[in-house]
Amino acid sequence: MIKIHIYEHKCVGAGQCVMASPEVFDQSQDDGIVILLQQHPPDELARSVRNAAKLCPALAIKVEET
Amino acid sequence: MNRIVVVGASLAGLTAVETLREEGFDGELVLINGETHNGYDRPPLSKKVLSGVMNESEVMLKSSDFFVTKRIDHRIATYATALDLNARTIALGSGEVLAFDGLLVATGLRPRPLPRQPVLRGVHMLRTLDDAIALRADMMKEKVLKATAYAGTTSGSLAIVIVGAGFLGCEVAATARQMGLQVILVDPLELPMARQVGRELAGALVRKHMHQGVDVRCRRSVSSFQENKGQLSGVTLDDGTQIPTRIVVVTIGSLTNTEWLQSSGVPLDNGVVCDSFCRAAPGVYAAGDVASWLHPRLGVQMRLEHRMHATQQAMAAARNMLGADIAFDSLPYFWTDFYDTRIQVYGRIPAEYEMTVLSGHLGESNYTAAFSRGGIVEAVAGWNAGRDIHKISILVGKPALKGVVDV
Repeated sequence: MIKIHIYEHKCVGAGQCVMASPEVFDQSQDDGIVILLQQHPPDELARSVRNAAKLCPALAIKVEET
Repeated sequence: MNRIVVVGASLAGLTAVETLREEGFDGELVLINGETHNGYDRPPLSKKVLSGVMNESEVMLKSSDFFVTKRIDHRIATYATALDLNARTIALGSGEVLAFDGLLVATGLRPRPLPRQPVLRGVHMLRTLDDAIALRADMMKEKVLKATAYAGTTSGSLAIVIVGAGFLGCEVAATARQMGLQVILVDPLELPMARQVGRELAGALVRKHMHQGVDVRCRRSVSSFQENKGQLSGVTLDDGTQIPTRIVVVTIGSLTNTEWLQSSGVPLDNGVVCDSFCRAAPGVYAAGDVASWLHPRLGVQMRLEHRMHATQQAMAAARNMLGADIAFDSLPYFWTDFYDTRIQVYGRIPAEYEMTVLSGHLGESNYTAAFSRGGIVEAVAGWNAGRDIHKISILVGKPALKGVVDV
Protein backbone atom coordinates (compact mmCIF):
# COMPACT_ATOMS: atom_id res chain seq x y z
CA MET A 1 0.00 0.00 0.00
CA ILE A 2 1.05 3.57 -0.53
CA LYS A 3 0.10 6.73 1.30
CA ILE A 4 0.24 10.12 -0.41
CA HIS A 5 1.15 13.47 1.12
CA ILE A 6 0.75 16.71 -0.80
CA TYR A 7 2.30 20.10 -0.07
CA GLU A 8 -0.04 22.74 -1.47
CA HIS A 9 2.39 25.59 -0.72
CA LYS A 10 4.96 24.07 -3.07
CA CYS A 11 2.53 23.25 -5.93
CA VAL A 12 2.98 25.37 -9.09
CA GLY A 13 -0.10 24.03 -10.87
CA ALA A 14 1.65 22.44 -13.87
CA GLY A 15 -0.98 19.70 -13.96
CA GLN A 16 1.49 16.83 -14.53
CA CYS A 17 0.05 14.80 -11.66
CA VAL A 18 -3.45 14.97 -13.18
CA MET A 19 -2.08 13.76 -16.50
CA ALA A 20 -0.10 10.93 -14.87
CA SER A 21 -2.75 9.77 -12.40
CA PRO A 22 -6.20 11.35 -12.92
CA GLU A 23 -7.87 8.93 -10.47
CA VAL A 24 -5.79 10.32 -7.62
CA PHE A 25 -5.10 13.99 -8.40
CA ASP A 26 -7.13 16.98 -9.50
CA GLN A 27 -6.53 20.75 -9.59
CA SER A 28 -8.58 23.59 -8.13
CA GLN A 29 -10.35 25.73 -10.71
CA ASP A 30 -8.97 29.18 -9.78
CA ASP A 31 -5.30 28.71 -8.87
CA GLY A 32 -4.63 25.22 -10.25
CA ILE A 33 -3.33 23.95 -6.91
CA VAL A 34 -3.33 20.17 -6.48
CA ILE A 35 -6.31 18.42 -4.89
CA LEU A 36 -5.78 14.90 -3.53
CA LEU A 37 -8.74 12.68 -4.40
CA GLN A 38 -7.59 9.64 -2.43
CA GLN A 39 -4.79 9.38 0.10
CA HIS A 40 -4.58 5.55 0.03
CA PRO A 41 -5.01 4.55 -3.62
CA PRO A 42 -5.17 0.84 -4.52
CA ASP A 43 -1.93 -0.93 -5.52
CA GLU A 44 -2.75 -0.95 -9.22
CA LEU A 45 -2.43 2.86 -9.20
CA ALA A 46 0.91 2.89 -7.35
CA ARG A 47 3.05 3.07 -10.50
CA SER A 48 1.13 6.03 -11.95
CA VAL A 49 1.24 7.79 -8.56
CA ARG A 50 5.02 7.33 -8.34
CA ASN A 51 5.30 8.72 -11.86
CA ALA A 52 3.19 11.73 -10.83
CA ALA A 53 5.46 12.35 -7.85
CA LYS A 54 8.58 12.18 -10.03
CA LEU A 55 7.11 14.42 -12.74
CA CYS A 56 5.90 17.09 -10.33
CA PRO A 57 8.26 20.01 -11.00
CA ALA A 58 7.79 21.41 -7.49
CA LEU A 59 8.31 18.38 -5.18
CA ALA A 60 4.74 18.83 -3.97
CA ILE A 61 3.91 15.09 -3.82
CA LYS A 62 5.43 12.58 -1.44
CA VAL A 63 4.69 8.88 -1.71
CA GLU A 64 5.10 6.85 1.44
CA GLU A 65 5.32 3.05 1.18
CA THR A 66 3.28 1.59 4.02
CA MET B 1 24.49 -5.31 -17.50
CA ASN B 2 26.44 -5.36 -14.29
CA ARG B 3 27.38 -1.76 -13.60
CA ILE B 4 25.74 1.49 -14.61
CA VAL B 5 27.54 4.75 -13.87
CA VAL B 6 25.56 7.98 -13.72
CA VAL B 7 27.70 11.11 -13.88
CA GLY B 8 25.91 14.07 -12.32
CA ALA B 9 23.77 13.76 -9.19
CA SER B 10 21.35 16.61 -9.56
CA LEU B 11 17.75 16.23 -10.75
CA ALA B 12 18.45 14.25 -13.95
CA GLY B 13 21.04 11.95 -12.35
CA LEU B 14 18.91 11.25 -9.28
CA THR B 15 15.78 10.63 -11.36
CA ALA B 16 17.78 8.23 -13.54
CA VAL B 17 19.08 6.10 -10.65
CA GLU B 18 15.63 5.99 -9.08
CA THR B 19 14.03 4.98 -12.38
CA LEU B 20 16.69 2.31 -13.04
CA ARG B 21 15.89 0.67 -9.69
CA GLU B 22 12.12 0.97 -10.23
CA GLU B 23 12.47 -0.66 -13.64
CA GLY B 24 14.23 -3.60 -12.07
CA PHE B 25 17.95 -2.95 -12.63
CA ASP B 26 19.59 -4.97 -9.89
CA GLY B 27 23.28 -4.46 -10.70
CA GLU B 28 25.83 -2.04 -9.32
CA LEU B 29 24.78 1.60 -9.56
CA VAL B 30 27.44 4.30 -9.15
CA LEU B 31 26.44 7.97 -8.89
CA ILE B 32 29.17 10.59 -9.40
CA ASN B 33 28.35 13.85 -7.61
CA GLY B 34 30.65 16.80 -8.36
CA GLU B 35 29.16 18.91 -5.57
CA THR B 36 29.62 18.73 -1.82
CA HIS B 37 25.85 18.54 -1.16
CA ASN B 38 23.43 15.75 -1.95
CA GLY B 39 21.36 16.64 -5.01
CA TYR B 40 18.97 19.54 -4.47
CA ASP B 41 16.22 21.35 -6.34
CA ARG B 42 17.37 24.43 -8.24
CA PRO B 43 14.23 26.47 -9.00
CA PRO B 44 13.87 27.69 -5.37
CA LEU B 45 17.48 29.00 -5.32
CA SER B 46 16.55 32.27 -7.05
CA LYS B 47 13.33 32.62 -5.09
CA LYS B 48 12.62 31.11 -1.67
CA VAL B 49 16.21 30.15 -0.79
CA LEU B 50 17.47 33.62 -1.73
CA SER B 51 14.70 35.28 0.29
CA GLY B 52 15.30 32.93 3.24
CA VAL B 53 11.82 31.38 3.21
CA MET B 54 13.30 27.93 2.47
CA ASN B 55 16.39 26.51 4.09
CA GLU B 56 18.96 24.03 2.78
CA SER B 57 17.23 20.91 4.06
CA GLU B 58 13.97 21.85 2.35
CA VAL B 59 15.52 21.81 -1.13
CA MET B 60 17.10 18.36 -0.88
CA LEU B 61 15.68 16.11 -3.61
CA LYS B 62 16.06 12.86 -1.70
CA SER B 63 16.19 11.89 1.94
CA SER B 64 19.60 10.63 3.08
CA ASP B 65 18.36 7.01 3.36
CA PHE B 66 17.51 7.03 -0.37
CA PHE B 67 21.09 6.11 -1.31
CA VAL B 68 21.11 3.23 1.16
CA THR B 69 17.71 1.73 0.35
CA LYS B 70 18.29 2.01 -3.41
CA ARG B 71 21.82 0.57 -3.03
CA ILE B 72 23.54 3.48 -4.74
CA ASP B 73 27.30 3.92 -4.53
CA HIS B 74 27.12 7.70 -4.14
CA ARG B 75 30.51 9.37 -4.69
CA ILE B 76 30.17 12.89 -3.35
CA ALA B 77 32.61 15.72 -4.25
CA THR B 78 33.99 13.55 -7.08
CA TYR B 79 34.47 14.60 -10.69
CA ALA B 80 34.64 12.55 -13.86
CA THR B 81 37.65 13.74 -15.86
CA ALA B 82 37.63 11.54 -18.96
CA LEU B 83 35.73 8.85 -20.84
CA ASP B 84 37.35 6.00 -22.79
CA LEU B 85 34.65 4.62 -25.09
CA ASN B 86 36.68 1.64 -26.30
CA ALA B 87 37.81 0.50 -22.87
CA ARG B 88 34.37 1.44 -21.47
CA THR B 89 35.82 3.24 -18.48
CA ILE B 90 35.67 6.70 -16.98
CA ALA B 91 38.45 8.38 -15.04
CA LEU B 92 37.72 10.23 -11.81
CA GLY B 93 39.44 13.26 -10.29
CA SER B 94 40.86 10.95 -7.60
CA GLY B 95 42.75 9.01 -10.30
CA GLU B 96 40.46 6.01 -10.02
CA VAL B 97 39.37 4.35 -13.28
CA LEU B 98 35.87 2.97 -13.21
CA ALA B 99 34.53 0.40 -15.69
CA PHE B 100 30.90 0.59 -16.82
CA ASP B 101 28.43 -1.38 -18.88
CA GLY B 102 26.06 1.57 -19.17
CA LEU B 103 26.81 5.28 -18.76
CA LEU B 104 24.46 8.20 -18.28
CA VAL B 105 25.84 11.73 -18.68
CA ALA B 106 23.93 14.28 -16.60
CA THR B 107 26.64 16.83 -15.87
CA GLY B 108 24.44 19.88 -16.46
CA LEU B 109 25.53 23.47 -16.77
CA ARG B 110 27.59 26.18 -15.16
CA PRO B 111 26.97 29.92 -15.42
CA ARG B 112 28.49 31.81 -18.34
CA PRO B 113 30.70 34.65 -17.09
CA LEU B 114 30.96 38.05 -18.78
CA PRO B 115 34.03 38.56 -20.98
CA ARG B 116 36.86 39.76 -18.69
CA GLN B 117 34.68 39.33 -15.60
CA PRO B 118 36.97 39.94 -12.60
CA VAL B 119 37.08 37.81 -9.45
CA LEU B 120 35.96 40.23 -6.76
CA ARG B 121 33.98 40.03 -3.55
CA GLY B 122 30.48 41.09 -4.54
CA VAL B 123 30.54 39.66 -8.08
CA HIS B 124 28.10 36.75 -8.09
CA MET B 125 26.76 34.09 -10.40
CA LEU B 126 23.93 31.74 -9.43
CA ARG B 127 23.78 28.03 -10.15
CA THR B 128 24.52 26.12 -6.96
CA LEU B 129 23.15 26.11 -3.43
CA ASP B 130 26.46 27.59 -2.23
CA ASP B 131 26.10 30.38 -4.83
CA ALA B 132 22.63 31.16 -3.46
CA ILE B 133 23.84 31.17 0.15
CA ALA B 134 26.74 33.51 -0.71
CA LEU B 135 24.50 35.90 -2.64
CA ARG B 136 21.93 35.90 0.15
CA ALA B 137 24.64 36.76 2.70
CA ASP B 138 25.71 39.81 0.66
CA MET B 139 22.09 40.86 0.11
CA MET B 140 21.39 40.64 3.86
CA LYS B 141 24.42 42.88 4.56
CA GLU B 142 23.02 45.44 2.12
CA LYS B 143 19.65 45.21 3.85
CA VAL B 144 21.26 45.91 7.21
CA LEU B 145 23.05 48.94 5.75
CA LYS B 146 19.70 50.20 4.53
CA ALA B 147 18.15 49.82 7.97
CA THR B 148 21.06 51.55 9.74
CA ALA B 149 20.98 54.37 7.16
CA TYR B 150 17.46 55.17 8.31
CA ALA B 151 18.87 55.48 11.81
CA GLY B 152 21.54 57.86 10.46
CA THR B 153 24.50 55.70 11.50
CA THR B 154 25.80 54.78 8.02
CA SER B 155 25.76 56.36 4.59
CA GLY B 156 23.17 53.89 3.32
CA SER B 157 22.70 51.00 0.98
CA LEU B 158 23.46 50.78 -2.72
CA ALA B 159 21.42 49.19 -5.49
CA ILE B 160 22.27 45.67 -6.55
CA VAL B 161 23.01 45.39 -10.26
CA ILE B 162 21.71 42.35 -12.17
CA VAL B 163 23.29 41.78 -15.56
CA GLY B 164 21.00 39.84 -17.89
CA ALA B 165 17.19 39.87 -17.67
CA GLY B 166 16.40 36.27 -18.60
CA PHE B 167 14.51 33.87 -16.32
CA LEU B 168 17.17 33.90 -13.64
CA GLY B 169 17.89 37.64 -13.71
CA CYS B 170 14.18 38.49 -13.57
CA GLU B 171 13.58 36.12 -10.65
CA VAL B 172 16.56 37.44 -8.69
CA ALA B 173 15.38 41.02 -9.36
CA ALA B 174 11.91 40.22 -8.03
CA THR B 175 13.29 38.48 -4.93
CA ALA B 176 15.70 41.35 -4.17
CA ARG B 177 12.90 43.93 -4.54
CA GLN B 178 10.71 41.91 -2.19
CA MET B 179 13.58 41.94 0.31
CA GLY B 180 13.47 45.73 0.13
CA LEU B 181 16.67 46.24 -1.88
CA GLN B 182 17.11 48.71 -4.72
CA VAL B 183 17.60 46.85 -8.01
CA ILE B 184 19.05 47.88 -11.36
CA LEU B 185 18.36 45.31 -14.10
CA VAL B 186 20.60 45.61 -17.17
CA ASP B 187 19.96 43.80 -20.47
CA PRO B 188 21.30 44.31 -24.02
CA LEU B 189 17.92 43.67 -25.66
CA GLU B 190 15.22 46.19 -26.51
CA LEU B 191 12.67 43.84 -24.90
CA PRO B 192 14.15 41.21 -22.55
CA MET B 193 12.37 37.81 -22.26
CA ALA B 194 10.61 38.22 -25.65
CA ARG B 195 12.31 35.10 -26.99
CA GLN B 196 11.20 33.03 -24.00
CA VAL B 197 7.60 34.22 -23.45
CA GLY B 198 6.70 36.23 -26.57
CA ARG B 199 6.59 40.03 -26.98
CA GLU B 200 3.23 40.60 -25.29
CA LEU B 201 3.98 38.73 -22.06
CA ALA B 202 7.57 40.03 -22.02
CA GLY B 203 6.26 43.60 -22.21
CA ALA B 204 3.90 42.93 -19.32
CA LEU B 205 6.72 41.34 -17.33
CA VAL B 206 9.06 44.31 -17.82
CA ARG B 207 6.25 46.75 -16.88
CA LYS B 208 5.63 44.68 -13.74
CA HIS B 209 9.31 45.04 -12.73
CA MET B 210 9.19 48.81 -13.33
CA HIS B 211 5.94 49.12 -11.38
CA GLN B 212 7.62 47.26 -8.49
CA GLY B 213 10.43 49.81 -8.52
CA VAL B 214 13.13 47.97 -10.48
CA ASP B 215 15.30 50.35 -12.52
CA VAL B 216 15.28 48.52 -15.89
CA ARG B 217 18.06 49.51 -18.33
CA CYS B 218 17.39 47.95 -21.73
CA ARG B 219 19.89 48.02 -24.64
CA ARG B 220 22.71 48.37 -22.10
CA SER B 221 25.63 46.20 -21.08
CA VAL B 222 28.41 46.38 -18.48
CA SER B 223 31.73 47.55 -19.89
CA SER B 224 33.86 47.59 -16.73
CA PHE B 225 33.96 46.83 -13.01
CA GLN B 226 35.45 49.10 -10.30
CA GLU B 227 36.97 47.74 -7.11
CA ASN B 228 38.49 48.68 -3.82
CA LYS B 229 40.89 46.15 -2.23
CA GLY B 230 39.23 43.19 -3.89
CA GLN B 231 35.69 44.34 -3.12
CA LEU B 232 33.44 45.43 -5.98
CA SER B 233 32.65 49.14 -5.70
CA GLY B 234 30.83 49.89 -8.95
CA VAL B 235 30.18 49.15 -12.59
CA THR B 236 30.31 51.27 -15.73
CA LEU B 237 27.74 50.69 -18.46
CA ASP B 238 28.48 50.89 -22.19
CA ASP B 239 26.94 54.38 -22.37
CA GLY B 240 29.42 55.60 -19.74
CA THR B 241 26.97 55.60 -16.82
CA GLN B 242 28.75 54.85 -13.55
CA ILE B 243 26.79 52.94 -10.93
CA PRO B 244 28.19 52.57 -7.41
CA THR B 245 27.34 49.08 -6.13
CA ARG B 246 28.65 46.34 -3.84
CA ILE B 247 26.71 43.50 -5.51
CA VAL B 248 26.56 42.43 -9.15
CA VAL B 249 24.78 39.27 -10.22
CA VAL B 250 25.77 38.01 -13.67
CA THR B 251 22.87 36.03 -15.18
CA ILE B 252 23.67 35.92 -18.89
CA GLY B 253 23.13 32.21 -19.53
CA SER B 254 25.16 29.06 -19.11
CA LEU B 255 27.75 26.69 -20.55
CA THR B 256 27.42 22.90 -20.80
CA ASN B 257 29.75 20.79 -18.64
CA THR B 258 31.19 18.63 -21.40
CA GLU B 259 34.94 19.34 -21.23
CA TRP B 260 35.60 15.90 -19.75
CA LEU B 261 34.14 14.33 -22.92
CA GLN B 262 36.15 16.48 -25.35
CA SER B 263 38.44 13.79 -26.78
CA SER B 264 36.18 10.81 -26.02
CA GLY B 265 34.49 10.45 -29.41
CA VAL B 266 31.07 11.27 -27.94
CA PRO B 267 29.57 13.90 -30.29
CA LEU B 268 29.44 17.38 -28.75
CA ASP B 269 27.63 20.37 -30.22
CA ASN B 270 25.71 22.60 -27.84
CA GLY B 271 25.84 19.78 -25.28
CA VAL B 272 26.01 16.01 -25.73
CA VAL B 273 24.43 15.15 -29.09
CA CYS B 274 21.94 12.29 -28.73
CA ASP B 275 19.50 10.51 -31.01
CA SER B 276 15.75 10.38 -30.32
CA PHE B 277 16.38 7.68 -27.69
CA CYS B 278 18.71 9.98 -25.67
CA ARG B 279 21.66 7.83 -26.78
CA ALA B 280 25.01 9.45 -27.63
CA ALA B 281 27.04 6.29 -28.32
CA PRO B 282 26.46 2.56 -27.78
CA GLY B 283 25.56 2.17 -24.09
CA VAL B 284 26.09 5.89 -23.46
CA TYR B 285 23.08 8.11 -22.78
CA ALA B 286 22.57 11.72 -21.70
CA ALA B 287 19.76 13.58 -19.94
CA GLY B 288 18.90 16.97 -18.51
CA ASP B 289 20.39 20.40 -19.21
CA VAL B 290 23.52 18.92 -20.85
CA ALA B 291 21.70 16.72 -23.39
CA SER B 292 20.77 17.75 -26.89
CA TRP B 293 18.46 15.21 -28.52
CA LEU B 294 16.64 14.73 -31.79
CA HIS B 295 12.99 15.49 -31.07
CA PRO B 296 11.20 12.61 -32.83
CA ARG B 297 8.06 14.56 -33.79
CA LEU B 298 9.55 17.98 -34.52
CA GLY B 299 12.61 16.52 -36.27
CA VAL B 300 15.01 19.08 -34.78
CA GLN B 301 17.96 18.70 -32.47
CA MET B 302 17.16 20.59 -29.24
CA ARG B 303 18.50 21.14 -25.75
CA LEU B 304 16.21 22.43 -22.99
CA GLU B 305 17.11 23.92 -19.62
CA HIS B 306 13.76 23.36 -17.93
CA ARG B 307 13.22 21.53 -14.68
CA MET B 308 10.43 19.19 -15.74
CA HIS B 309 12.29 18.31 -18.92
CA ALA B 310 15.24 17.04 -16.88
CA THR B 311 12.96 14.60 -15.03
CA GLN B 312 11.18 13.35 -18.12
CA GLN B 313 14.36 12.92 -20.14
CA ALA B 314 16.13 11.10 -17.30
CA MET B 315 13.21 8.68 -16.98
CA ALA B 316 13.25 8.08 -20.74
CA ALA B 317 17.04 7.63 -20.90
CA ALA B 318 17.04 5.22 -17.94
CA ARG B 319 14.30 3.08 -19.49
CA ASN B 320 16.06 3.05 -22.86
CA MET B 321 19.30 1.99 -21.17
CA LEU B 322 17.43 -1.08 -19.99
CA GLY B 323 16.13 -1.76 -23.51
CA ALA B 324 12.74 -0.01 -23.61
CA ASP B 325 13.58 1.47 -27.03
CA ILE B 326 11.06 4.33 -26.84
CA ALA B 327 11.77 7.62 -28.63
CA PHE B 328 11.64 10.54 -26.20
CA ASP B 329 8.79 12.76 -27.38
CA SER B 330 8.18 15.58 -24.94
CA LEU B 331 6.11 18.69 -24.75
CA PRO B 332 8.39 21.31 -23.15
CA TYR B 333 7.02 23.06 -20.07
CA PHE B 334 8.36 25.83 -17.88
CA TRP B 335 7.11 28.22 -15.29
CA THR B 336 8.62 31.37 -13.81
CA ASP B 337 7.51 33.24 -10.69
CA PHE B 338 7.99 36.93 -9.94
CA TYR B 339 6.13 39.02 -7.33
CA ASP B 340 2.53 37.75 -7.34
CA THR B 341 2.71 36.46 -10.90
CA ARG B 342 3.39 33.10 -12.50
CA ILE B 343 3.98 32.65 -16.23
CA GLN B 344 3.66 29.10 -17.57
CA VAL B 345 4.34 27.92 -21.10
CA TYR B 346 3.75 24.55 -22.78
CA GLY B 347 5.53 24.10 -26.13
CA ARG B 348 8.06 26.49 -27.64
CA ILE B 349 7.09 30.01 -28.68
CA PRO B 350 8.40 30.57 -32.23
CA ALA B 351 10.25 33.77 -33.18
CA GLU B 352 7.44 34.74 -35.57
CA TYR B 353 3.94 33.90 -34.42
CA GLU B 354 0.31 34.84 -34.41
CA MET B 355 -1.07 35.19 -30.89
CA THR B 356 -4.66 34.40 -29.94
CA VAL B 357 -6.00 35.21 -26.48
CA LEU B 358 -7.94 32.16 -25.27
CA SER B 359 -9.29 33.42 -21.95
CA GLY B 360 -9.23 36.77 -20.16
CA HIS B 361 -7.67 39.84 -21.76
CA LEU B 362 -4.05 40.92 -22.20
CA GLY B 363 -3.03 43.16 -19.34
CA GLU B 364 -5.51 41.62 -16.90
CA SER B 365 -4.41 39.68 -13.86
CA ASN B 366 -5.23 36.28 -15.46
CA TYR B 367 -5.19 35.25 -19.10
CA THR B 368 -4.12 32.49 -21.47
CA ALA B 369 -2.95 32.67 -25.07
CA ALA B 370 -1.97 30.41 -27.97
CA PHE B 371 1.02 31.07 -30.25
CA SER B 372 0.70 29.66 -33.75
CA ARG B 373 2.80 29.62 -36.89
CA GLY B 374 1.74 28.36 -40.30
CA GLY B 375 -1.72 27.57 -38.93
CA ILE B 376 -0.45 25.24 -36.19
CA VAL B 377 -0.39 26.03 -32.46
CA GLU B 378 3.24 25.72 -31.31
CA ALA B 379 2.84 26.92 -27.72
CA VAL B 380 0.31 28.02 -25.13
CA ALA B 381 1.04 30.42 -22.30
CA GLY B 382 -0.72 31.46 -19.12
CA TRP B 383 -0.36 34.55 -16.93
CA ASN B 384 -1.63 33.45 -13.50
CA ALA B 385 -3.68 30.89 -15.40
CA GLY B 386 -4.26 28.29 -12.69
CA ARG B 387 -5.47 24.96 -14.00
CA ASP B 388 -6.32 26.42 -17.42
CA ILE B 389 -2.71 26.01 -18.56
CA HIS B 390 -2.93 22.25 -18.18
CA LYS B 391 -6.30 22.15 -19.98
CA ILE B 392 -5.05 24.13 -22.98
CA SER B 393 -1.75 22.25 -23.26
CA ILE B 394 -3.57 19.74 -25.49
CA LEU B 395 -3.91 22.47 -28.15
CA VAL B 396 -0.18 22.36 -28.94
CA GLY B 397 0.31 20.74 -32.34
CA LYS B 398 -3.33 21.28 -33.34
CA PRO B 399 -4.52 23.60 -36.13
CA ALA B 400 -5.34 27.24 -35.46
CA LEU B 401 -7.99 28.60 -37.85
CA LYS B 402 -8.15 32.26 -38.89
CA GLY B 403 -6.66 33.48 -35.64
CA VAL B 404 -9.17 31.44 -33.68
CA VAL B 405 -7.91 28.30 -32.03
CA ASP B 406 -9.92 25.28 -33.06
CA VAL B 407 -10.55 23.41 -29.82
